[in-house]
Amino acid sequence: MQKRYVAIWFRHLLTDWLILRRPELREIPFVLTVKDHNRLLITAANSRAENQGIFPGMPAADAKALVPVLELIDEIPGKRARLLRSLGEWCIRYTPYIAVDAPDGLLLDISGCAHLWGGELPYLKEIVKRLRSKGYDVRAAMADTVGTAWGIARFGKVSPVIGNNAQAEALMPLPPAALRLDPSILERLRKLGLRTISSFISMPRPVLRRRFGQDLIRRLDQALNNEEEYIQPIHILDPYHERLPCLEPIRTAVGIEIAVQKLLEILCLRLQKEGKGIRTAIFKGYRLDGKVVQMGIGTNRASHNTDHLFKLFALKIATFEPALGIELFTLDAPKVEDVQPGQETLWAEDAGLEDIALAELLDRLAGKVGADAIRRYLPAEHYWPERSIRATSSIRERAPVKWRTDKSRPVQLLTKPELIEVTAPIPDYPPMLFRYKGKVHQIKKADGPERIEREWWLEKGQHRDYYQVEDENGRRYWLFRSGHYNAEGANEWFIHGFFA
Amino acid sequence: MSMLQTKKDIINKLQKSILLLQGLRPAAINGDESVGLGPVESAFPNGIFPVGAIHEFLSVEPEQAAANGGFIGGILNPLMQRGGACLWISMSRKLFPPSLKSFGIEPDRIIFVDLKRERDVLWVTEEALKCQGLAAVVAELKDISFTQSRRLQLAVEHSRVTGFILRSDPRKSGATACAARWNISTLPSELQDGMPGIGLPRWKVELLRVRNGNPGSWKMEWAAGRFSQIAELTGIPVLTKSLKTG
Repeated sequence: MQKRYVAIWFRHLLTDWLILRRPELREIPFVLTVKDHNRLLITAANSRAENQGIFPGMPAADAKALVPVLELIDEIPGKRARLLRSLGEWCIRYTPYIAVDAPDGLLLDISGCAHLWGGELPYLKEIVKRLRSKGYDVRAAMADTVGTAWGIARFGKVSPVIGNNAQAEALMPLPPAALRLDPSILERLRKLGLRTISSFISMPRPVLRRRFGQDLIRRLDQALNNEEEYIQPIHILDPYHERLPCLEPIRTAVGIEIAVQKLLEILCLRLQKEGKGIRTAIFKGYRLDGKVVQMGIGTNRASHNTDHLFKLFALKIATFEPALGIELFTLDAPKVEDVQPGQETLWAEDAGLEDIALAELLDRLAGKVGADAIRRYLPAEHYWPERSIRATSSIRERAPVKWRTDKSRPVQLLTKPELIEVTAPIPDYPPMLFRYKGKVHQIKKADGPERIEREWWLEKGQHRDYYQVEDENGRRYWLFRSGHYNAEGANEWFIHGFFA
Repeated sequence: MSMLQTKKDIINKLQKSILLLQGLRPAAINGDESVGLGPVESAFPNGIFPVGAIHEFLSVEPEQAAANGGFIGGILNPLMQRGGACLWISMSRKLFPPSLKSFGIEPDRIIFVDLKRERDVLWVTEEALKCQGLAAVVAELKDISFTQSRRLQLAVEHSRVTGFILRSDPRKSGATACAARWNISTLPSELQDGMPGIGLPRWKVELLRVRNGNPGSWKMEWAAGRFSQIAELTGIPVLTKSLKTG
């Protein structure tokens, strides 16, 4: 089949993009610069700057001398490649084979595509029109070879569409630069007065090779279709998205269950092949009345286990309202991660928190009662009891410090210390008895005090003197006096916990 | 004589198969399944603490809840040693995780589920008990009916997870399908030679009901990372009631 290519040239790729982001730049000359050996070098200039004689490659200081109002903007590293790639992804609507042609172009293999837009000229016009209307200053050309299309896009003056096997005539009047040659070769050609391709195209090949090297011959052959040229198409990721249209509107829970099951099976099969698993998934139903209902799930570790994922959805099917009926179901997986295949063990061993069954259980619980109800606690480096633990919702997170065992802590801790009435004999002695919830407890044994200072950099207030006390029945309490002993008897005592 | 002998054999055999049907396994051949409770374990059928069963604890006052926390912590320690995690489900949890460290447990290996409704607690408990990746599940409940307890018991018989139910409403303590009903209360600690301060935690461990076992009462102390029976009151398991539930 006859190959056809389109070359697109973005004349002011980066500056056009910047103008789109900051429309106020449209009216002023500006350049993008990078730092190079202690000076600023211009890498891109907008058309206003170019009209005043400023070109990429100039030092910024020279340009500033020419045009004092010139605006200098730092170039974002890597932006050019990312921008070209995203433009290439946008162009996927015209052809499936698109290659990035650094630094400022795209190459499209359009073999067998043009007739869909009603011919080659309308096709090319459509591309140029759409890109120009977006704000990019582009030129494009179409030919049998990449080389010719590239040259015509940049230097062509007559027609952008070059007919079949008409490369030679089209290239004749163009300068040698249209052949994608090295600057040193171009310089030699210029010195010899070979200003157009026509002036050397008919020279004997051995002569050309001897004088200008193999590169010129290769480029010439590529442009004239004597040598095949391959482009490296960009690979666009297929989104994890599956659709299930229904012949009849679905209204029953069973129908929805079947839809979830089917879509999960298709998606999980693909994920399994790619070694990936779902972290979040959204199931949507498009209803007859035009509304979209959806339910989402999340998992603690990437999973492509259909049964498990189905169970997570099954918990929510009751909230999924079909109303008059659902015509189309879709399943998206916006967050997908690699699945770490666990090493097969010969003897089943408990994996603790890494256990897959546990992760799946937690997913189900989170789906039903909410993820914020599930917590683990890790030690925190604080003495203040309320702050000595830190809640985490991750099951992977490890304790950064060891749990302290040097001070005994109560098994039950009241969220807020409660005020109690005490009788304390002498300063800094534990109380003799205390009344809590209307009941008097005689204290038989006691330990303490353990003074815990408030962390002044976090909050203000008084320190606490903690006592462990045991009453006549052996029940143990954690009491504290807030602040220092006060001779006037205005001490505040609190109960804060219960020991085992 | 030989007739009598065979009859006895048959009865023994039948009893064993009934125990099996009720989810109580005979002594495991491999591995030590002891939870370190010493004499208390002899109250259970075959003399083994039943893992893969539901244990019910009375937990009325916060003091008793604290005692339960410590006692369960002591039992959890050998259960979790094999690597499994533990789920602690409750509605108004006051358990302070760092304290479990003194009972030999890494508090970060316990996953806490704090819920708002009793119904959710039961649902989560049942789901968790079905999960084989866990070592134990502790659930704080107000009350549990016979049907609910039987559901939980059926769940663990398959998964071999140990369940602990802490019941805070003692008025309606009807029959349940749990393997055992415990009542833990604190005892005054004692220190050697009249030293000042507080001694090691001591509990009066009462087994009010044991399925196919002998209820009794013991005095235990938590010392040096394990349970030990208090010396002066050794032996004599006090038979309170020979109730059989389930």
